[in-house]
Amino acid sequence: MDAILALVWTVIKITVIVLPLLLVVAYTTYAERKVIGFMQVRVGPNRVGYFGLLQPIADLVKLLNKEIIRPTMANKLLFLIAPVISVTTALVAWAVIPFDDYLVLANINAGLLYIFAITSLSAYGVLIAGWASNSKYALLGALRSAAQSISYEIAMGFALVGVMMAADSVNIREIVLAQSGGFFHWYWLPLLPLFMVFWISALAETNRAPFDVAEGESEIVAGFHVEYSGMTFGLFFLAEYMAMVLISVLCALLFWGGWLSPFQGVAHLDAFFAFVPGIVWLVLKSGFFLFAYLWFRATFPRYRYDQIMQLGWKVLIPITIVWIAVLAIAIQCQIRPWF
Amino acid sequence: MDLVQSVFYICSAMVIVFAFMVIISANPVRGALFLVATFLASSVIWILLEAEFLGLILVLVYVGAVMTLFLFVVMMLNIDVVPLKETLVKYVPVALLVIVAILAMLISVVGPSHFGSMPQPAMHAADYSNTKALGMLLYTQFAYPFEVAGVILLVAIIASITLAFRGRVNRKSQRPSDQVNVNPKDRVRVIKMPSEKKI
Repeated sequence: MDAILALVWTVIKITVIVLPLLLVVAYTTYAERKVIGFMQVRVGPNRVGYFGLLQPIADLVKLLNKEIIRPTMANKLLFLIAPVISVTTALVAWAVIPFDDYLVLANINAGLLYIFAITSLSAYGVLIAGWASNSKYALLGALRSAAQSISYEIAMGFALVGVMMAADSVNIREIVLAQSGGFFHWYWLPLLPLFMVFWISALAETNRAPFDVAEGESEIVAGFHVEYSGMTFGLFFLAEYMAMVLISVLCALLFWGGWLSPFQGVAHLDAFFAFVPGIVWLVLKSGFFLFAYLWFRATFPRYRYDQIMQLGWKVLIPITIVWIAVLAIAIQCQIRPWF
Repeated sequence: MDLVQSVFYICSAMVIVFAFMVIISANPVRGALFLVATFLASSVIWILLEAEFLGLILVLVYVGAVMTLFLFVVMMLNIDVVPLKETLVKYVPVALLVIVAILAMLISVVGPSHFGSMPQPAMHAADYSNTKALGMLLYTQFAYPFEVAGVILLVAIIASITLAFRGRVNRKSQRPSDQVNVNPKDRVRVIKMPSEKKI
């Protein structure tokens, strides 16, 4: 009886996390079109609802009604399972994300390691989709994406090693609590190079502009999801945006103090903003990173493929290795106020 | 049978079935994907043993990196399986002999007679961190073997790069510093010639 009750309770918690997440994803697509529209002096979608606010729902209905076409020579099972794998890996990582001090589905010891392991699985959705479609553009896109995500995973992993060293923990809640003490106590300052490396490789990991060669429209049509139509394409889209939101929240948690108030330790502002719940700060912080995704897409031209590889292997990885050594010395010397 | 035990039996059954499928699947890509599933199921068993660090590292390293590279290579090969099978039939007697020999060795070494009734290992407290315990051992008691293993891996990396790297011939990359330091006198020769005279 207790086991069943615990199960029901867990399912309710999962729903509370997943439903707002889907809403955020839907309105990120709307925000993307609006923000980039304004940056390019256009209006963006404005036909469905006030200011086009119902546009994501119209898009969803359209995607659900479309026919799912399967190429004749495609591998049937793998073709259909690939989008499922993409969405699963993007969803499962949310299990260990804390939204406030005790607002977390599973507060496990090796939380950060778990997230890193799960996000490294997301390459499979893309790889399998590209191979199972039996199309040359899809295969090319999948191979590009696999090579890119393996290369940037190393830099990302080293950046996370720095965070673990600084916080002396792999548990995300403890990493956030280790940053308490106000704006200048957050890890963006002592770990600035690692923060930049993490941010850049996060862009590459999620296959977003300017590193979106996996779908590079100008060369390989749409990359790995060329053959997908209707909701199967929609699932890839969903997975990509969920990964974007996840990485934004992760940036906020690891380097910008998560749910901690930026006014901690400031004489009057601290008391004035004490009524704001922690989750609001987390949403504001990760909202900035989400906005930055759209900002970069409107600003930077796409990287050339060899330049992507050069940046990953010859610039980002050496930076992280050097900074981890610096960090080790800083921790040994116990430089205040961080260590 | 409680929840943990049933998860263990389900995952062990999955490991065995998937490992078997790796061997018998005709398509190399499907074989590689079954190997991925095997790794995932065995990582669940690691985590049940309270070795969450090893379980997650198994997913991270083997599934996330090694198998992605495997798939990467296998997907680009276009292997035709039928001619391979024709030559395979010739070796069936030898293969059977090897199978029997290996099976006999396995049974004699890890047969059921070697396993008595094993008590269930004691559960650790909820705040027990396998990651921390492992780190303490690796960086204190086994520091030197750990460092030696790292150096051996480094040597292996350098060796494989030197074996595979042949350098690029006729590369056309330009060095900005050379371009800036160009002296016009080296590049352009101005020749003064007397203009032709009309005859």
